[in-house]
Amino acid sequence: MKPILYIENLNKRFDGTVALDNFSLKVQGASITGIIGPNGAGKTTLFNVITGFLPPDSGSIQYNDQQLIGLPSYKIARDGIVRTFQQLRLITRLTVLDNILLAFQNQAGERLRNIFTFSRLIKIQEQANRKKTQELLDSLEIRDKENALVEDLSYGQQKMVSLLCCLAAGAKMVLLDEPVAGVNPETINIILEMIRKLPEQGVTVILIEHNMDAIMRVCDNLVFMDQGKKIVEGDPEMVRNNPAVIEAYLE
Amino acid sequence: MEYFLHILILIGIYVILSVSLNLIVGYTGLLSVAHAAFYGVGAYVAALLAIKFHSPFLVNIILAVVFGGLLGAMVGIPTLRTRDDYFMVTTFVFQVIIFSIFNNWVSFTGGPMGLPGIPAPSFFGWRIESHLDYLIVVLVFSLLVVILSLRIGHSPFGRVLKAIREDEIFSQAHGKNIAFFKIAIFVIGAGMASVAGLVYAYYISFIEPTSFTVMESIFIISIVIIGGAGNIWGSIVGATFLVALPEALRFIGMPNAIAANIQQLIYGALLVLCMLYRPQGFLGEYSFDK
Ligand SMILES: Nc1ncnc2c1ncn2[C@@H]1O[C@H](COP(=O)(O)OP(=O)(O)OP(=O)(O)O)[C@@H](O)[C@H]1O
Ligand SMILES: [Mg+2]
Repeated sequence: MKPILYIENLNKRFDGTVALDNFSLKVQGASITGIIGPNGAGKTTLFNVITGFLPPDSGSIQYNDQQLIGLPSYKIARDGIVRTFQQLRLITRLTVLDNILLAFQNQAGERLRNIFTFSRLIKIQEQANRKKTQELLDSLEIRDKENALVEDLSYGQQKMVSLLCCLAAGAKMVLLDEPVAGVNPETINIILEMIRKLPEQGVTVILIEHNMDAIMRVCDNLVFMDQGKKIVEGDPEMVRNNPAVIEAYLE
Repeated sequence: MEYFLHILILIGIYVILSVSLNLIVGYTGLLSVAHAAFYGVGAYVAALLAIKFHSPFLVNIILAVVFGGLLGAMVGIPTLRTRDDYFMVTTFVFQVIIFSIFNNWVSFTGGPMGLPGIPAPSFFGWRIESHLDYLIVVLVFSLLVVILSLRIGHSPFGRVLKAIREDEIFSQAHGKNIAFFKIAIFVIGAGMASVAGLVYAYYISFIEPTSFTVMESIFIISIVIIGGAGNIWGSIVGATFLVALPEALRFIGMPNAIAANIQQLIYGALLVLCMLYRPQGFLGEYSFDK
């Protein structure tokens, strides 16, 4: 089957460090790909390059036949690739509801024309998005946090909200940078359960995690990278038992 | 009575200025010190059109807004690449350039002598002359500006502005073209400030460059911060309070010279108090200390 995302020979250097070294990867649609590797392996850099926040030195990224390199990040997000950040990013001084409402695409109320003409469309769409937001919150059992400020949430709840923002944005592909790191086991279960169901809704997932147990529970395909290079890729069980991986994770 | 109306008119003008600046500074987090420049541009465009071309009031309103808005875009576009301190410096430079044009292009702007004799406008046969007339005009404009600003502020558009203020990267990661929003709000804010300038020019019937210095920009910023950044009502309360304050001092019999100094002292003290005890201002929800 033709991959939905085709990454070819990405290179990225920062001064002396090689963050991505001829990195290539094919991602199948509606699948879950895990990316593991030691600290500084270049995992987050890979996400930054895919989402347009960092220009690569060279390489190509085809997404549904469209070249992503050179596109600004907001366009990549509009095309359906939405990410979370390892260093969580949310509007902490606004409510959970406002954060998720912000994430929706094609909002009538973001167009000045509609604001100046007092269009009724704004209210109608806003109500529909509000309803969807509540459903999203329900799915992670945090409906009661709807009107809480993000800064008052626990770390795990904040990670949940950032995942919901991706879904509200209508992501066809979500890139999750350590979605369960530093989260309590119960919350991990809820988050993983949601991630596992995403391919059924046609959503493709790439996730970075250090938590091997979480990886094994959800991934269809696993990539181990080190010093910017892809070392092994394939069936999660097979990759986990690779000597290079065992060595990296025993350290 | 006229004196009282005069204060109300001034308050109305500053409501327009501070509410529009609040969209830029309070909502979007772009600390611009160029607002007096846009205020001045509106005033000069209106004055020049009225004096040299005798063009109708309505036409002058439109041209002042369009011209102010275009200048807003001109400042907005290059400043987009800069953030925080650099942004402020760029707007400061623009403010200084515009002031020098007012002050030095003598043949066109009258230079330091300013432009006297701006004729009273009329609107579909209604000659706008008395204080009461101007109060009505300023009320209509400030009401329009306030309604529009509230609408922008409470719309999804306003939500994006706040998100840009808080975290540009988060906003971009969710598909927001932040450059568009920043330029748009800069153009809208500048256009609104130009309206204030137009009303001021007609009302006083004489304008001079010193009304549009960087100090004036800072005064408008003070209103926004003391009233509360990110809150339209805060700017209305702030403008009322800060404009009425020196008049109140004069009213209780303080000589003009002393009142002016005390006024400066009170602004300063209020700003410091705000920083110390209420960084979000009187009605604001957000403080600046990110
Ligand atoms: N903006 C940057 N400027 C300079 N160096 C950077 C930058 N971003 C990443 N690096 C360097 O590139 C290398 C890869 O970093 P990256 O954040 O991609 O690693 P990672 O695999 O996500 O690690 P971790 O598991 O710790 O999150 C590291 O050596 C890092 O120091
Ligand atoms: Mg990382």
